[in-house]
Amino acid sequence: MKGFFQKEGTVKLLSSLLSILTGLVVGGILVLIVGIFSKNISLSGAWEGVRLIFAGILSTGRDAAGALTWGFNPANVGNMLFRATPLIMTGLSVAVAFKTGLFNIGAPGQYLMGTLGSLMVALSIPAGTLPRGLIWLLAFLCGCLAGALWGAIPGLVKALLNINEVLACIMTNWIAANLVTWAFDVSNLKNVVENTKTGYIYKSSYGLVNGQYVADQGVSTAKLGLDRLFPGSQVNAGILIAVLAAVAVYILMNKTTLGYELKACGANRHAARYAGIRDKRNIVLSMAIAGVLSAAGASLYYLSGNTEFFWTTYQSLPGEGFNGIPVALLAMNNPIGVVFAGIFMAMLNIVGLQLTKLTAYNEFITDVIIAVIVYLSAFSLVIRMLLTRRRHREAPPAQAQAKPPEGAENAKGGDET
Amino acid sequence: MTFLIQQLLLYAVPLMIVALAGVFAERSGIINLALEGIMIFGAFVGVLFVRAMAETEVFSAAKSAGNYLTLQGLEVLAMLLSAAMGALFSLLLSFASINLRADQTIGGTALNLMAPALVLFLVRILANQNTLFSVDAASWFMIKKTTLGYDRKADLGFLGNTFVDKSYIATYICIVLFIVLSVILYKTRFGLRLRSCGENPQAADSLGINVYRMRYAGTTISGALAGMGGFVYALTTANCTANGDVAGFGFLALAVMIFGNWKPLNIALASLLFGLFKCIAATYTSIDINGDGHFWLVDIGVSPHLYRMLPYLITLLVLAFTSKKSRAPKAEGIPYDKGSR
Repeated sequence: MKGFFQKEGTVKLLSSLLSILTGLVVGGILVLIVGIFSKNISLSGAWEGVRLIFAGILSTGRDAAGALTWGFNPANVGNMLFRATPLIMTGLSVAVAFKTGLFNIGAPGQYLMGTLGSLMVALSIPAGTLPRGLIWLLAFLCGCLAGALWGAIPGLVKALLNINEVLACIMTNWIAANLVTWAFDVSNLKNVVENTKTGYIYKSSYGLVNGQYVADQGVSTAKLGLDRLFPGSQVNAGILIAVLAAVAVYILMNKTTLGYELKACGANRHAARYAGIRDKRNIVLSMAIAGVLSAAGASLYYLSGNTEFFWTTYQSLPGEGFNGIPVALLAMNNPIGVVFAGIFMAMLNIVGLQLTKLTAYNEFITDVIIAVIVYLSAFSLVIRMLLTRRRHREAPPAQAQAKPPEGAENAKGGDET
Repeated sequence: MTFLIQQLLLYAVPLMIVALAGVFAERSGIINLALEGIMIFGAFVGVLFVRAMAETEVFSAAKSAGNYLTLQGLEVLAMLLSAAMGALFSLLLSFASINLRADQTIGGTALNLMAPALVLFLVRILANQNTLFSVDAASWFMIKKTTLGYDRKADLGFLGNTFVDKSYIATYICIVLFIVLSVILYKTRFGLRLRSCGENPQAADSLGINVYRMRYAGTTISGALAGMGGFVYALTTANCTANGDVAGFGFLALAVMIFGNWKPLNIALASLLFGLFKCIAATYTSIDINGDGHFWLVDIGVSPHLYRMLPYLITLLVLAFTSKKSRAPKAEGIPYDKGSR
C-alpha cells in the first residue's frame, strides 16, 4: 500500500482530486455567501444550491412538495457524456501542445474553424448524391483539415518569427470568430425553416433536397444503442470516438518517434535541436495536431444532428475551446486522464444547468469552480510537494534520515525552476 | 474629423493605460496575462458602484441641481474603486506567481476564466439578466457644452469641439496618470528598482532590493491600472454596462505592449494605431473624414466583418514584422527563487 502512495502517478491524481474538491468547496461557499446576502434567496435555497453543486448529476428534479429528489437520471448522464465529447477533444488538443512546450489557448479558434469546415461540407452536399456515412466522414475530415490549418498558423509564427504563441493564438481566435460569422453570413445555410429562431444555421440532420432544406434528410452521428441506454439524452457514438482519440494520442506521444521528438522539444527546445531534432517542424506539427483535435471535437459536436450552431459568434468565443485548458491541466496532460477530466467538466456543466433550472442560482457558478481548479493547477507543483512532504513525515524516522543521493536532489531542484 | 478623433481617444486611452498596466507587471518580472480578466472585474465593480449610486438617487439630485462637480466626483470615485478592486483581484496572481512560484501563464488564464464567470454569476443574480447597466449613466458623466455653461449651439473652435465637448474626465485622468507613471518608472529610484527586478533579479537582490516586494508592487499597480482601464472602457465605449466581456481588449493591450517594446512612449503611439482600427470597426458607418457628408468607409462596400476582424489581423501582422526587434524584460515569467542565486 505504501508503494502505491509513493508513486508519482498517485501523487498527481491526489493533487488533481484535491484541486477538484477545493474548487467545489469554493463554489459551495460562494453560493452560501450569495444566499445569505441576497434578498431573493432563502437559506434553505442556498443549502439546496450547495447540495446541487456536489451531487447535481444525481438530481431528478423536485417532487410535488417542492423538495429536491435524487436518483439515477439517465438523461443527465447521457447528456454529460455527449457534452464530454468536445471537452475531451479540446483537452487532448491542449495536452498535446503542452507536451511540446506550447500553451494552446487557440483551441476556441480551431474549434470554430472545425465547426465551419464540417457544417459547410455536411450541409452543402445534396442529400442522396452520396451515402450518408460518406458525407458524415467527408464533413468530419474537412473540419479536421480546417482545424489543422488554423492551428498551424500560431505554430508557424512561433517557429519562424518567434512570436509568443499565446498572443498569436488569441489573435487567431478572434480572427476565426469573425471569419466564421462572415462565412455563414454570406452562406445560405441560415435556418429559415424553423423561423421561430434567428441566428442559427441548420442542424446537420437537415439535408439539401431540390434546393430546399428538409429535416431528417441530412447526416447525424450513429447512436450505437447508447440512446436506449440513456433515454432522453443527446448521447451518440461521438464519445466512443473521443475515447479512441485519447488512446491514439497516448500511443502517439508515448510509443512513437514523433511523440518522443515532440516531447523532447517541449522539455528543452535547444537541447532537442542539438540532438538533431527539427524543432521548428515539430512546433508547427504539434500545433497542427492540436488544431485537428480541437476541430474534431467541434465536428463531433455539431455533426451529431441535434445541436445547432449560433453563427453570429464574432463577439464571443466558444467555451468548449477554453475549457480544454482546465481539462488538460486537471489531467496533468495525460491523454487517458483527459477522458476522465473531460467527463468531470461535462458533469459540472450539467450541474450548472440543474442549478439554473431548480434554484435561483445560475450556471456561471460552475465556471467559477473551473477557474478555481485552473488556478490551483497553476501551482499543482506546490500541492504535490506538500503531499510528498506529509508522506515523509509519516515515514519511519530511520528512513526519513536516510539522505537521497546528491544527484537526485539536484535533479529535483532543476525541475522546479 | 472631430468625431473620428473623439472616438479614437475613447478607444486608444483605455488601451494605453491597460498596456501600461502590462508594462508595470512585466518590467517587474511577472507576465500579466490576466489583464483581460482584471479589466472585466474592474468594469463590473465600477458599474456596480454607479448603479448603486443611481439607486440612492444621488445622481438625479445632482443632475437636477446642475451640480456637475458631484457627478464628475462620482465618476472619479468609481474609477478609484475599480482600481482598488482590480489591485485586490490581481493579488491572486501575485500570490500564486511570487510566493508559490506557479506558472504565470496558467495563473493568468485562471484569472481570465474566473473574472467573467464570477461577474456573470453575480450580474445574473443582481439584475436577472446577463448585462448590468444603469440607465443613462454614461451621458450623465459626459462633459457637454451645456455642462460648461455654453449654449448648446456655441462653437468652441476646433480644439474645444474636439477635446472638450462630449468628452469624459476619465480620458484625461488616464492620460495624466500615464505620463506620471511613465516618469516614475524611468526617473525615480523606485522605478529603477522595479525594472531591475525584471531584468536581473539576482543582481537586484544582491544589492538589497526586496525582489518579492518589488514584484508585488509591479503586479498590484498593474492590477489597479487594468481595473481602472476596464471601467473606463465600459464607461466610454460600452455605455456604462458590465456583461463579463471586454471583447479581447486586454489581449489587444498586451499586443500593444509588445509592439511598443515595453516602452511608454512607443506604447502611446501604438495604442493610437490599434485604437484607430478598433474605433473604425465600431463606428465605420458614421465616420465622415473630410466632412462632405459621404461616409467613405461605407461607400467602398467592404464587409463589416472585415472591419471587425482588422484589429486582430493587423496585430498579428504587425507582431510578425516587428518581433525580431522586440526585446522583452529578461527575467519575465521566471519565478524568482532566492536559493538559485
